[in-house]
Amino acid sequence: MQELLRRYGSGLTLIMCLLVAFWLLMLVIVPNITLFEQSFRPYLPVSEIGGPRDVYSANNYLKVFEGQVTSSLFGIEFEIPVRVRTFLLTIWYSMVVAVLCLMLAYPLAYYMAKIVNPKSLPTLILLLFIPLWVSEVLRAFAWWIILAFKGPLNALLLAVGLIEDPIRWTNMGFTGVVIGLIYTYVLFMLFPIYNAIQSLDTNQIEAAEDLGAPWWKIHWRIVIPHAKPGIASGCVMVFMLSAGSLLVPSILGSTTSQWFTQTINETFNDALDWNTASAYAFLLLILCTLFVSVAMWLFRVKLSDIAK
Amino acid sequence: MSAGIDLENVCCDFGTFRAVDNANVSIKPGEFFSFLGPSGCGKTTILRMVSGFIEPTQGTIRIGGNDMKGQRPNQRPTALIFQNLALFALMPIWENISFGLEVRGVDKATRRRKAEELLKLVDLPGAADKMVSQLSGGQKQRVAIARALAVEPQVMLLDEPLSALDLKLRQHMRAELRAIQKRTGVTFIYITHDQGEALAMSDRVGVMSQGRIQQIADPREIYNNPVNGFVASFVGENNIFTGEVQQAASGMASFATPHGQFRARLGEVTGKAGKLYVRPEHTLLSATAGAENAIPVTVGDVSFEGNFITVHATSDSGATLTSELRNDGSATVPALGAKMFMSFDAARAAILPDANVRG
Ligand SMILES: Nc1ncnc2c1ncn2[C@@H]1O[C@H](COP(=O)(O)OP(=O)(O)OP(=O)(O)O)[C@@H](O)[C@H]1O
Ligand SMILES: [Mg+2]
Repeated sequence: MQELLRRYGSGLTLIMCLLVAFWLLMLVIVPNITLFEQSFRPYLPVSEIGGPRDVYSANNYLKVFEGQVTSSLFGIEFEIPVRVRTFLLTIWYSMVVAVLCLMLAYPLAYYMAKIVNPKSLPTLILLLFIPLWVSEVLRAFAWWIILAFKGPLNALLLAVGLIEDPIRWTNMGFTGVVIGLIYTYVLFMLFPIYNAIQSLDTNQIEAAEDLGAPWWKIHWRIVIPHAKPGIASGCVMVFMLSAGSLLVPSILGSTTSQWFTQTINETFNDALDWNTASAYAFLLLILCTLFVSVAMWLFRVKLSDIAK
Repeated sequence: MSAGIDLENVCCDFGTFRAVDNANVSIKPGEFFSFLGPSGCGKTTILRMVSGFIEPTQGTIRIGGNDMKGQRPNQRPTALIFQNLALFALMPIWENISFGLEVRGVDKATRRRKAEELLKLVDLPGAADKMVSQLSGGQKQRVAIARALAVEPQVMLLDEPLSALDLKLRQHMRAELRAIQKRTGVTFIYITHDQGEALAMSDRVGVMSQGRIQQIADPREIYNNPVNGFVASFVGENNIFTGEVQQAASGMASFATPHGQFRARLGEVTGKAGKLYVRPEHTLLSATAGAENAIPVTVGDVSFEGNFITVHATSDSGATLTSELRNDGSATVPALGAKMFMSFDAARAAILPDANVRG
């Protein structure tokens, strides 16, 4: 703060502080508080707002338990509220996305940090970034085309002889969504892990090898423990972004792959029930945060590790 | 158990740059062998070839008689101590030390016991459960040694392990390393650019320059009979005279310089070119000229260093010469500006070629 004052003088500093305060207050805090407040009030016709029925309650939150459907897991059939089911599937498949991203990104990050010739690294990073220059919508549609029934992926697999009949990728429940989300968010996994691995002294890897360790032991005991903060922040980011993604599930999803954000969106935009939609949105936020905290506690990752 | 190491015509190229050129050396089992040379001369490269991180471009490396071609570092009976130690920062000390055993599938209780034993050996008991960051430089040093010893290597490779320590600790660790080597009987290959370290610790020393091994000999031989000018100047101080070899007979020659005609031992000089090297402590200062090898000088600067006295004197042609007198009571400290004669024994001076480098 004093540094700012010294460098830019009081006028400019005041303006900067005000802008930051405005941004925080008007664009983050106020809308969220408004929605939070709304989420406890019933959805009423305009004339009744402020009337006797406009009282605070948790009813909107309890609506997730309405409407039972039959579901089955491991061959056991059970009744479950439809939105709870959507929510659980969203969490589950976001986790799948995070794990698959980790499996894709870790080897690549290790390769980039420790194996590739430093001279070709900028080219490699550029190649990784180029897809980001294209809008997310276009990228999702590109996958929609790639995964289409008569699209290039099926053509390729048929030509190679891996499959005999084309596969309806986007109609296979969550497959399309998972592929799309991995593609969209894998870089959020890659770079934290790359940064973490890069800060590991290469001599430690060599020392482990010199002491007789096979490659998997080197990763398990030396590289992964060192990269853990990066892995954790990558997983948290990919998980949160996936669970909160609306575009990819909308474009690449099928009738059987409802994402919880789609439920929220339908309540906001189709039913125009902002109160219930806010409640759902907060539920998603709170439960995801809770889930991440539990996962971090399980894997013994501290918040300060991630912030690094 | 210890093994000998043989390097036969070993070369290592990085692109077009030859970092190690035709190295030939045979290190005996249980020997303490040092590679000594200035920064960038290829010492680390040799060590990395022996430990298996770099494959030689040409030549053969044998450890205990077995050709190491194609063997990964984790398959060789060597343990490398890195220039920066490379301890595992996220493991407690005892896990660091027993990592090599963990890899070999030794159970936890045995590993722990072995780690405690090794900590005792390197004089660091009670540090088992500390983290690396809680240790001092010298203590880390010992942990690195213990970690390498834990896998019972036949050859220990040490890459300037003491360079980061302060002088006192360095001297202490020298003796310690030497003692550990004697106790375990393991072959040590030790790398350093500190000549004192190499001479004090080693059974034999290989002096290197620009990728080439210049001389391999025991420390006394290296100091007293350097084969060329590089070895002579890198290991110890010299007065150097440029000139021309004139008559040579039975290992001695006379040498014409701007300071006059000298007689000295003749090294492996080709043709007439060469330089005359005389160590400061092999010179005498006297009031009268002797029979041979005497240079008239003016005493310029006298510094008293305790056990000896260093005298800088200027010859008539303006060259600065250095003489070292032992402070044993017999030497008279020359007065500033005194006109004297600096002389040396012909057997203690040598005419040597320059370094053995690529033409
Ligand atoms: N991976 C590499 N690629 C290209 N050149 C290299 C590589 N490793 C080393 N060199 C070069 O080889 C030469 C010898 O390097 P080396 O590390 O063996 O020196 P050193 O004798 O250990 O020096 P120091 O005492 O500074 O550690 C140096 O000139 C260095 O620039
Ligand atoms: Mg080196």
